[in-house]
Amino acid sequence: MAHSYTPGLKVTDKMMITKKRILPLKGDVVVKVGDKVQPDDVVARTDLPGNVEPINVANILGVPPEDVGDCMLKKEGDKIEKNEVIALNKSFFGLFKTEAKAKISGSIESISSVTGQVLLRGHPIPVEVKAYISGEVVETFENEGCAISTIGSFIQGIFGVGGETHGSIKVVVPNNKTVLEDSHIDESCKDCVVVGGSMATAGAIKKAVEMGAKGIIAGGISDKDLREFLGYDIGVAITGSEELGVSLVITEGFGEINMADRTFNLLKSKEGLMACINGATQIRAGVIRPEAIVPLDEKMDDKAKSGEEVISGLEVGSPIRVIRQPYFGMIGKVSDLPPALQKLESESKARVLEVEFTEGEKAIIPRANVELIEG
Amino acid sequence: MKEIKPEDIKVILATDCGSTTTKAILIEKHDGEYRLIVRGEAPTTVEAPFEDVTMGVLNAVAEVEELSGRRLLDENHRIISPTKDQGDKREGTDIYVSTSSAGGGLQMMVAGVVRSMTAESAERAALGAGAIVMDVIASNDKRLPHEQIERIRRLRPDMILLSGGIDGGTITHVVEIAELVSGADPRPRLGSGYNLPVIYAGNKDARESVKKTLGDKVDLQIVDNIRPVLEQENLLPAREKIHDLFMEHVMAQAPGYRKLMKWTDVPIMPTPGAVGQIMKTIADLEDIEVLGVDIGGATTDVFSVFQGIFNRTVSANLGMSYSISNVFAEATLPMVMRWVPFDMDERDLRNRVKNKMIRPTTIPQSMEELIFEQAIAKEALRLAFIQHKEFATVLKGVQQQRTIADAFDQSSSGATLVNMMTLNMLIGSGGVLSHAPRRQQSALMMIDAFQPEGITRLAVDSIFMMPQLGVLSQVHAKAATEVFTKDCLIHLGTCIAPVGSVKQGKPLMKYRLELPEGKVEEGQLMAGQMLKFDLGFDSDTNLPFKAKAVLEPERGFDVGLGKGDRLETTVSGGVSGLILDGRGRPFTPSEDRQKRVDNLIEWMDALDAYPGDILRRKVEA
Repeated sequence: MAHSYTPGLKVTDKMMITKKRILPLKGDVVVKVGDKVQPDDVVARTDLPGNVEPINVANILGVPPEDVGDCMLKKEGDKIEKNEVIALNKSFFGLFKTEAKAKISGSIESISSVTGQVLLRGHPIPVEVKAYISGEVVETFENEGCAISTIGSFIQGIFGVGGETHGSIKVVVPNNKTVLEDSHIDESCKDCVVVGGSMATAGAIKKAVEMGAKGIIAGGISDKDLREFLGYDIGVAITGSEELGVSLVITEGFGEINMADRTFNLLKSKEGLMACINGATQIRAGVIRPEAIVPLDEKMDDKAKSGEEVISGLEVGSPIRVIRQPYFGMIGKVSDLPPALQKLESESKARVLEVEFTEGEKAIIPRANVELIEG
Repeated sequence: MKEIKPEDIKVILATDCGSTTTKAILIEKHDGEYRLIVRGEAPTTVEAPFEDVTMGVLNAVAEVEELSGRRLLDENHRIISPTKDQGDKREGTDIYVSTSSAGGGLQMMVAGVVRSMTAESAERAALGAGAIVMDVIASNDKRLPHEQIERIRRLRPDMILLSGGIDGGTITHVVEIAELVSGADPRPRLGSGYNLPVIYAGNKDARESVKKTLGDKVDLQIVDNIRPVLEQENLLPAREKIHDLFMEHVMAQAPGYRKLMKWTDVPIMPTPGAVGQIMKTIADLEDIEVLGVDIGGATTDVFSVFQGIFNRTVSANLGMSYSISNVFAEATLPMVMRWVPFDMDERDLRNRVKNKMIRPTTIPQSMEELIFEQAIAKEALRLAFIQHKEFATVLKGVQQQRTIADAFDQSSSGATLVNMMTLNMLIGSGGVLSHAPRRQQSALMMIDAFQPEGITRLAVDSIFMMPQLGVLSQVHAKAATEVFTKDCLIHLGTCIAPVGSVKQGKPLMKYRLELPEGKVEEGQLMAGQMLKFDLGFDSDTNLPFKAKAVLEPERGFDVGLGKGDRLETTVSGGVSGLILDGRGRPFTPSEDRQKRVDNLIEWMDALDAYPGDILRRKVEA
């Protein structure tokens, strides 16, 4: 077979990166095309409808649901304060009064003559969308958000936790094979994105939080350490909303795996520059991968703008990473792509490739078990 | 949609866009019959950098092109239709159909007044339409109204099915549920510019009030009541509406589906809907009780037809790739490892599972990895089956007239329909079952997970193409049926499992099997023993051989007629032959490590499931 599509993770020194920043509901876009923005700048804002609190007024007042409307002191849309009386029932010529009070401040959403329920809506919840990266607003979407572009380095991770953050890059390990331990982290890591080598230990992550680091980029993490850090086991992973004090971007996978040379060297070359990182990962349907972006503050010329990414297939010479045992985590180059199906030790028949590892050793691997290192 | 005349169709292209892999099959008509020609697959491409499902489809079709020699795509990467065959030059297809569960499939919330009655009927309708049910809201689900509202707001389903009350029954409670939905002001998962579809299928007398409550906030659709009277379910109108809305809203919003919808000649079906269609067809055609399973990357779908009633459950978080960590978390490590006959480092295992979750398209290269993956599959199947049994019940809340005889019977309203003793056929589909290197492995996975009782035929989808055949059966039943019987359904054989609790060293059953060509096998099945007898296919008819079986269970054991009762019957063979399972029912592997390992090796050897030399090497290592 001449061509084979193989998914890969992008690691590139310079490219045009565009991020869409969209509100969860329609609202106001506060920037215009051409504006220069920084990560913390608000680009769009809206109000989410407030929380709802139902009150069964018919039950409280002891009246049939159809009479609730007559007992209401407020009508739909009226503002209310917490503990304010919103409905009243007088009986025995006005001698006995029963009242229903608002449980929250906000407004009256609806009054039902069928169920006797009154829905109270809390105050709107303001939501702001920030720029996340520094760059230029290149497009706006009316009432929805905008697109921000920058020329920068881009590293796509495989798994992460924690949301969007940014900080200056600080490489604290001597090489990509070193395990990131708590001893590597000190006060100088405050507000930084710390770069480790083959694995971030639970101790290192805890220390990073203590020291006020913004994020960690490392090759791997042990499932056990992740559980210890999160306090629970990830099942179907949709991450990113954790508030753990630090965002984590794992570039290779679970376990101790050397960060790809290329990734490590790229981060090393950008030490001191700002990295914008996001640990959000949606495994289901694979929509979201964690990432690190290093804006390079370069002018967006037409050449850069037209830089469409070309996704190539697997070819002899392609740099690859093995993503399953028994060669998990090893990096090499494709040395042959035999077309016929071959029988594996598991007796499965699969299309395979021959890989020559960095150390010179060769192996036959199913094509499904490798990943292109894209650039 | 173009007009399709079945008689004009000679070439069929069908795809299934799964959560992990997109599969394509090519069917051609030769000598008056439809046969599968080749199959291709490629990773599904809903995620970055493509975010366009059609890329995966084109990649899978390109593989079919290369393997079949038929040109299917033109210069602009469009599917060529209709066929233009001239001499050796073969190109195009007459019809292209597709199913999909990519992008998370159809995710729904359902609501009803009483959890075990209208809400459960609504759940059945949604599951029947191939949806993942994210949550069930009911007046009596023990959550406070504001908690229910919060849940609806947070989950962001693709649509909501709202039911409640029999016709002429409660209005107040139904409207209360509608008010909860209104209060939540729910937004759809995909797309921000349109209102969330809500189907109302409850008490017809409450329609006006529901319209008043929800009309402005959501895209309200009203269909006939799902439970017009207590004793009857009317699921079809709601299911059809779910299908329509799925196409209009969910599919149209998913990355690349708008394009794919234009390519297909009939509407795209949700994958579980299509597989259910095929399972139901088997049960109807043969008039048998069927239990089917499709174990995918993200979900495991179980289908059953018992007493003529079709049920389907979609276990949203039990699967072999995206959801594999969840299987591990739910089943726990010891439960998975009880199926593995060698030791593995726990820390390493957990990392391996997580790596499969984040890189779901990988395949086991070593025997050790294969056995471990199949052990996880057994647990995923077992857990999904538990959920199915709890759900596939007779209607709850229905009053039954009971006789004195019934008083001694424990069955009651809401009892499960699943009866493993009356089950005729167990069918497996999905990557781990269809692609197992030896078919006996599929048989063993299904036997261990489902524990069939008495006499049960086993079958497996040959290359995982039931979804495509399911959707094809809607437009070309002949082609779908021919390919299904000749190329898709692989008869594994028959499992004979006496029910009862075993005692070490004691016999369970005497057996006498009259095999073809006069060969007779007879003996005693001992406690804990598994036996396998070859009974393959008749080369003239290509149908499984039959054998006469005389089974004499010991006192306390039942093979179908009652405890200790002798049974004479005809059993059907297949690629795995006849399997006698003497492990008793219910059965769990021994907790003693050495005994468990010895047993596992013995059973695996008896079924010739794995190469013995490699297996022993792993055990000794």
